[in-house]
Amino acid sequence: METLFYIAAAVTVLATLRVITHVHAVHALLYLVVALIALALIFYLLGAQFAAALEIIIYGGAIMVLFIFVVMLLGPLAVEQERTWLTPGTWVGPGILALVLLGEVGYLIAVGDHLPVTVSEARQKGVSIALYGPYIIGVELASMLLLPGLIGAYHLGRRVSKESR
Amino acid sequence: MTDWSHTALTIGVILGGALTLAGLLIWVERRLLGIWQERLGPNRLGPGGCLQSLADMIKIFTKEDWIPPFADKPVFVIAPAIVVITALMSFAVIPIAPSFVVSDLNLGVMFFLAMSSLAAYSVIIGGWASNSKFAFLGSLRAIAQLLSYEVFMGLSLMGAVLLAGSFNLSDIVDAQRHQWFVVPQFFGFLGFFMAGLAEAHRTPFDMPEAEAELVAGYQSEYSGMKFGMFFVGEYLSILLLSAMTVILFFGGWHGPWLPPVVWFVLKMSGFIVLIILIRATWPRFRFDQLLSFGWKVVMPLALINLLVTGGVVLWKAG
Repeated sequence: METLFYIAAAVTVLATLRVITHVHAVHALLYLVVALIALALIFYLLGAQFAAALEIIIYGGAIMVLFIFVVMLLGPLAVEQERTWLTPGTWVGPGILALVLLGEVGYLIAVGDHLPVTVSEARQKGVSIALYGPYIIGVELASMLLLPGLIGAYHLGRRVSKESR
Repeated sequence: MTDWSHTALTIGVILGGALTLAGLLIWVERRLLGIWQERLGPNRLGPGGCLQSLADMIKIFTKEDWIPPFADKPVFVIAPAIVVITALMSFAVIPIAPSFVVSDLNLGVMFFLAMSSLAAYSVIIGGWASNSKFAFLGSLRAIAQLLSYEVFMGLSLMGAVLLAGSFNLSDIVDAQRHQWFVVPQFFGFLGFFMAGLAEAHRTPFDMPEAEAELVAGYQSEYSGMKFGMFFVGEYLSILLLSAMTVILFFGGWHGPWLPPVVWFVLKMSGFIVLIILIRATWPRFRFDQLLSFGWKVVMPLALINLLVTGGVVLWKAG
C-alpha cells in the first residue's frame, strides 16, 4: 500500500510540474488531468473512496473538459506567446513561495511532531451526513455562489431579438 | 492462491468476452441493419457471415497507419486508446452473476460514472489533435453533448441507487429479486437509456460523427488500427450501456429456470438489438434540438423522478 502511495504521489508531483512548465496549454491541461487522477488514487488509498470517485467525476471529468474546451479555441499562436512569458525571471516569485513551504515540510519532518495518517473509511453516508448536518451553511453558500453564475451565463448567452436592439 | 486465480480467470473471461462480443457485434449490427433495410448484409464468411469481423480486423491491421503531419502526434496516438481502456475498465465492476465480477466495489456506480466521464477525453482530444476542421467541429459538438448528458445519466440512475440503498452494483441487483426497478423507476430508466445512447454517441445522438455533414467527425483523420480502436470502443460502450441498463433496471441475473449468466446475456442481447433497431429506424436529431431536449425535458424529468423517489423512500422508512 505504501509503495502504491509513493508511486501515485510521484506521478502527481511530476504531472503538476509539467502543468506549470509546459508551453502548450492543451498538453499542460492533459497533465493536470493525470495529476487529478493520481490524486484520486491517493484519496482512495487513504480510505476516502467517495472523495476519490468525486474527484474523477467532477474535476477530472467535467471541469477539466470545460477548461480544455476553452483552451482548444486558442490556436497555435498561444504557444509562442506562452514561450515568451515563461522566462526564467518568472520563476523567482513562485520559487521563493515554494521554498517557504518546503522549509515548513522539512521542519515538520525534523521535529517529527506530525499526526500519523489514519486510514479511515469515509463512506458516502458519513460524507453526506457531514455535508447536510454541521456543514449545511457551506453547502447553501456554495449553491448561492453557483446561482449568480448560472444567471450570468444565461444573460450572456440569451438571444437578442431585433426589436429590442 | 485460489482467490488470485479466480480473480485472474474472471478478468480473462470478462476481457476476452467483451472484446470478442464487441467484434461479433459489428457483424450483428451490419447483418441486422441489412435485414431491416431489406438486403442481406455480410453473409459470406463463416456460417451466416459471422467471421466477417475477423476478416475486417486482418484487413485493418494490414492497412497503412497514417498520422497526418499537421496532427499533434502524442495526443493523436493516445486518444483512441483512452476510449477502449475506460470502457474495458468499466467492465471490472459489472456483476454478470453472483460472485462473477472482477471487483465488487462499494462504489461501483460511481466508478462507472467516473470511467464514462473520462471516456469523453478520447473524443475531445482526438478531434482536437487531428487539427482538421471537420474533426474539430465534431469534437466541439461532442463536448457540449457529453458534458450535458453525463449530468442526466448520473441523476437518472440515482433513483435506483436510492431504492437499493447502495452504490454497490451487486446489492442493486439483489434488491430487484422481487421487482425490477424499471417499474418504480420507469422515468429513471428512460433518462438513463437516452443519456447512455448520447454518451456512446449512437443514433439518434451521433452528431459528433455525423457522416452527412462532418465526414466522420472526430475520427475523420484516423486510419488503420487507431480508427479500429475508436470503432471497437463504440461497440464496447454499447455492450456496457446494455449491461448497465440490465443491472440497474432489469434485475441483472435474476430470472426463473435458466442459470444467472444466461439470463444476464439474454437481457443484454435484448437491449443490444433495441439499440441497433433505434439506429435502423430513427433519424438524427438536430444539434440544438439535442441540447434543448436534454436540458428542458430529460433534466427536469430526472430531477422530479429523484425528488419523488427520495420522498417515497423516506415515507416508507417512516
